[in-house]
Amino acid sequence: MILSRLAGRPVLLAAGLITVLALPWLIYPPVAMDVLCWALFAVALDVLLGFTGLLSFGHAAFWGTAAYAAGLLAIHYSLPFPLAVLGAALAAAVLAVPIGFLSVRRTGIYFAMVTLAFAQMVYFLANQWSGLTGGENGLQGIPRELFGLDLSDPFFFYYYGLPLVLVGLWAAWRIVRSPFGRVLTAIRDNPARARALGYPVDRYKLLAFVLSAGLSGLAGGLYAISHGFASLQEVNWTTSGKVVIMVVLGGIGTLWGPGLGSLIMVQLNDFLSTAGFDGIDLVTGGVLILIVLLFRRGMWGTVVDLLARRAARRAEARAKAKAPAAEEPVPSGSA
Amino acid sequence: MQHIFNGLVSGSFLAMLALGLAVIFGMLGVVNFAHGAFYMLGAFGAYLLLTEWGVNYWVALAAVPVALGLFGALVERVLIRRLSALDPLYNFLLTFGLALLLQDLVRREYGVQSQPYTSPLTATVDFGLFTYPAYQVMVLGISLVVCLAVWLVLSKTRLGVIVRAATERPELTRALGIDVGRYVAPMFGFGVALAGFAGVLAAPMRAVNPLMGGDLIITVFAVVVIGGLGSIFGSVTAGFAIGLITALANLYVPTLSQTIVFILMAAVLLWRPAGLFGREEAFT
Repeated sequence: MILSRLAGRPVLLAAGLITVLALPWLIYPPVAMDVLCWALFAVALDVLLGFTGLLSFGHAAFWGTAAYAAGLLAIHYSLPFPLAVLGAALAAAVLAVPIGFLSVRRTGIYFAMVTLAFAQMVYFLANQWSGLTGGENGLQGIPRELFGLDLSDPFFFYYYGLPLVLVGLWAAWRIVRSPFGRVLTAIRDNPARARALGYPVDRYKLLAFVLSAGLSGLAGGLYAISHGFASLQEVNWTTSGKVVIMVVLGGIGTLWGPGLGSLIMVQLNDFLSTAGFDGIDLVTGGVLILIVLLFRRGMWGTVVDLLARRAARRAEARAKAKAPAAEEPVPSGSA
Repeated sequence: MQHIFNGLVSGSFLAMLALGLAVIFGMLGVVNFAHGAFYMLGAFGAYLLLTEWGVNYWVALAAVPVALGLFGALVERVLIRRLSALDPLYNFLLTFGLALLLQDLVRREYGVQSQPYTSPLTATVDFGLFTYPAYQVMVLGISLVVCLAVWLVLSKTRLGVIVRAATERPELTRALGIDVGRYVAPMFGFGVALAGFAGVLAAPMRAVNPLMGGDLIITVFAVVVIGGLGSIFGSVTAGFAIGLITALANLYVPTLSQTIVFILMAAVLLWRPAGLFGREEAFT
């Protein structure tokens, strides 16, 4: 598939890395950090949506739980922040075991509804358990601790947080490209066949769910550390929706796309709020409708598609020039 | 006793919303995420008619659902139909976008604080053991009648037969010479009208604000997962049952009152993944 070949290209990888390294020079550093966290979150969701074919509408549960966990670990145990974030990722993965176990019993549209409902349950629990989470006020004053280093400057903190995100992105890429990931794709495309081949489909789905939740937790934990607080907003269903929109906007099943989608959405959000336009949901809702109606492959998918079609046309033309006598048209093969 | 009544009244909203959701799902295979937004629009419609034009509650109760139903049919024609051949998840996403859009439009105009709406019935009904506001009694009665009527229409009339046939075997129904496409937009509109109707009923009881539908719809999703989304009877029964159970939980174990519906959903998923009254999904 041209897509995976493209994603593996060293040129593309280098371009991505340069973009990520240069980001805090290009945009306001705290916003750059947000982009990083949301990008990892969106990629984590894409592992599930794009490669396993399960639309989770409840990933805020994992992002939010991790945000609280990272905050609590940093506040009460003054852990160095990477440890707090890893602990948070673990907490999210653990929470994903029962939720995933129950949710993978349904597929398709039901899976989306069930995950959404469980996330709402987590939201209510976080709201109720205000002794731990701070309820409506949120968890405030989360410290950034790393062996006494001064991490207060968001510009430098970006580079301290970056390795964690890169590890997460690399993990997502590894999951998708591994034999395990191939089985996931097989399950997405033909669950009955995968089952007939002897794969325990539900267990694969559950593992994908837990891994995706863990990576989302990595992102959510870092987000809480970088903001210094964790609030109910993090576990709200609108957060689940936001990350779904990023994935769909960027392109489902492309890994690069969700990263791009998060960059655009976070930037758009920042741009609208600094411009004093009060209606972000209005814009994101409209964008989602347009994307779903017109560009279902997302931005990345659409561009890759166009490039592939052009390459195919060129190959066809070349083949024709080489063998003008041949009557049979050369199959393009990359659709 | 009074708590049982409270539970049934809040259950009647869940039941009407679940009913609309199930009707739309049955006909189109679409889960309408914007259902909560339409419910909110119903309440706001009643509020606006009263404050802007002085139109009273009873007129609003009839006019708002009709207007919303037409709007819903339009939405189906313009947006949802385009995606009907694709994975239903796309329409789920589309209606999610629509929900965000509608909710934010209202919020920009009226803010998030609740708008007051005075109840059209202030009397109370004396049941001997306790008295109860007449309005709530009326809501319960109306919703029971509506749910029963929809069920009767779908199970006893020719229209119901066509709709059910189109739901289960659209190709075959078409082959029998029935224009299935003609019924799709009106049924979507009808489901939306039901949501709007519930919204108008809710206006004098519940806080009228732009966010009132967003949270409720998630509870309704849990309700239809419990009842079985394909089953109209199951959705309605689960709606009333969840309302009742939530009210009782509120009385005896208040800490569980918000989460019990999701705990029940988890139990149902363990025990009967297709829902209490649902059949196994034919297409997974």
